Amino acid sequence: MLSNIESRGIQTGFGFLEAESGFDIAEYLIDYSSTSTNLRVFYVGLINTLVVSAVGIVFASIIGLIVGIARLSNNWLIAKLAGGYIELFRNIPILLQILFWYNLALMVLPHPKQSFELFDSVFVNLRGIYMPKPITENGFVWVLVVLILGIVLKILLKRYYNNKKDNTGIKTNTLSYSLLLVVGLPVSVYFLLGSPLSFDYPTLKGFNFKGGMSLSPEFLSLAFALSIYTATYIAEAIRAGIESVSKGQKEAALAMGLTQKQSLKLVILPQALRVSIPPIINQYLNLTKNSSLAAAIGYSELVSVFAGTVLNQVGQAVEIILMTMAVYLTISLVISLILNIVNRQMSVKGR
Amino acid sequence: MAIFTAQPAKNAPQSEVGVVSWLKKNLFYSLGSSAFTLIAIYVIYLIVPLLANWMFFDATFAPVTNEQCGREGACWSYVIEKSNLFVYGFYPPEAVWRPQLVLVLALVFVFVAKSLKPYTHKAKIIAGLIVIYPVIAFLLLYGGLGLEVIETHQWGGLMLTIVVATVGIVASFPIGILLALGRQSKMRVIRLLSVVYIEFIRGLPLITILFMASVVLPLFFREGMDMDKLLRALIGITLFQSAYIAEVIRGGLQAIPKGQHEAADAIGLNFVQKTGLIILPQALKISIPNIVGSFIALFKDTTLVLIIGLFDILSMVHLTTSDELWLGRSTEGYVFVMIVLWVILYSMSRYSKKLELKYNTEHKV
Repeated sequence: MLSNIESRGIQTGFGFLEAESGFDIAEYLIDYSSTSTNLRVFYVGLINTLVVSAVGIVFASIIGLIVGIARLSNNWLIAKLAGGYIELFRNIPILLQILFWYNLALMVLPHPKQSFELFDSVFVNLRGIYMPKPITENGFVWVLVVLILGIVLKILLKRYYNNKKDNTGIKTNTLSYSLLLVVGLPVSVYFLLGSPLSFDYPTLKGFNFKGGMSLSPEFLSLAFALSIYTATYIAEAIRAGIESVSKGQKEAALAMGLTQKQSLKLVILPQALRVSIPPIINQYLNLTKNSSLAAAIGYSELVSVFAGTVLNQVGQAVEIILMTMAVYLTISLVISLILNIVNRQMSVKGR
Repeated sequence: MAIFTAQPAKNAPQSEVGVVSWLKKNLFYSLGSSAFTLIAIYVIYLIVPLLANWMFFDATFAPVTNEQCGREGACWSYVIEKSNLFVYGFYPPEAVWRPQLVLVLALVFVFVAKSLKPYTHKAKIIAGLIVIYPVIAFLLLYGGLGLEVIETHQWGGLMLTIVVATVGIVASFPIGILLALGRQSKMRVIRLLSVVYIEFIRGLPLITILFMASVVLPLFFREGMDMDKLLRALIGITLFQSAYIAEVIRGGLQAIPKGQHEAADAIGLNFVQKTGLIILPQALKISIPNIVGSFIALFKDTTLVLIIGLFDILSMVHLTTSDELWLGRSTEGYVFVMIVLWVILYSMSRYSKKLELKYNTEHKV
């Protein structure tokens, strides 16, 4: 094999990682320019992959949970709509969905000069969504520190009152304390420090917007398609979980005088999630793997920029494909590790 | 003495029958549900007319040019004109009877297999058909034996999608069985190798495997010995699919009660006999619904061959809308392909649900 590679004039080894990449990338979260190294390209792609996967996972979970519960709703219309949504989007290949939304976005959205506007600070056009970008100044860190402190205190307080309730039966409303800790405290620190946060607003300059923060149509259609598609599987997992809770549990909950909402929150969902979470975590892995399909629409994630552009430039297929595969394997191993821990935590503790 | 006379049954109370009570029970049973219902109806009212107008009422079906089609509705004229490309790709039109015959033969074979009675060597005949059919199909599609050869780069469209999916599932099947058996083997090395292979492949996105097949695989061959692009894709897909099939079959193997193993041992069968005659047939039977499920997944994944430059049905959208005459019609193309693939996949998933119900009753303790 080595002789085959040499006869084609391809170098071997990982030296290419140090070489200048020589091309631009549309989206990057760490410093990048065409003079950066190929290794830098790898990091940019990796971070973009993780970002789009994380965004997809959050939205897929939210949509999936809503649709999964809606599918079992007593409301006939809502149940049918949820079922229709699942049957429709689950049976269309994800690549086709990505291409479709991307194509539709490009066709429907206006040119930068005729952007849709929101409050003069958010602009939507066919180059993407432009938003004000927060710029932190000295001292903003303290606001974050206080915020985290507030959240921790809130949890401790809640735990204390829950214990008290369990022991004495006295209920205490903690909402006002919580609001004070989580919202009031950080806000007052923010103003005490003299508002150490400003926004960089996007403005139209020439043919495009400058400044601010932007989300490209590639990113949006990829994240949208991944969420919509994966949500159908998450919804089905949640439905299967809820259906696996024996009917007696629901009847017992209602017989004890719990309301519909209470029985769902306290009795059914905790048991249902134990069944649903393993398949849901597997879907998270699938979503992350499917984000590699961005190569088809040119969102700058790992496969697209590293296994695509860099590979075409240096031709060292073996090394590049191996590095790309190693990333996905690591992600998949981490996820199955999480799965095992979750499984152990959630397994029925029999007595 | 009073004489008992049966009274005619009373009608159900007025509040329990009829449209109004159905609505009350299913759509407006509480304040919250009424609100949800109204919102849902409003959303349907917003979307459905919009879609229906675009797809049917404002759409053009007549054989006209792009300009004559207009922009307010869909231009199905484009899909109709390009339908040959969507279904057969660049397969020569005068040879289209060959894939058609392949499809007819498949239907005939399925019909024959279904109508056979169990006592007529059913298993042997089906096994024979499974071996013979791919040979006939290959000869018809590719050529040879007097038929004109049609190179695989001319294959395309829905035909290519089906070929890739079918070959993928059929070729990965024996490998998957071996891997599943390997994973359960008592020999450490074999077990380890199988586990590593399965977990390795399942952790990767198919597209990286396709990339590997299309750029790394050729490095293993001497220059000049160029391998067919379709063949490379098929190898990649088979490698990928066999890991999934292995897990499906392992599920089936694990569902076989221990007594079956013990009984087979007790009557003195050796490993091959035990596996081939007792364990595998039962395991495969239980796995059928999941195998269909895995086939559905593969069918969806087949669209990824677009990324390595094969012209399946999805790639045809891009190709046909780059044609100057039909610029800007990709939405119609995507919608058309969506409908075609959705119908195929939805019927398969329905079928797999049916199978699941059919086989659900067995091995329940």
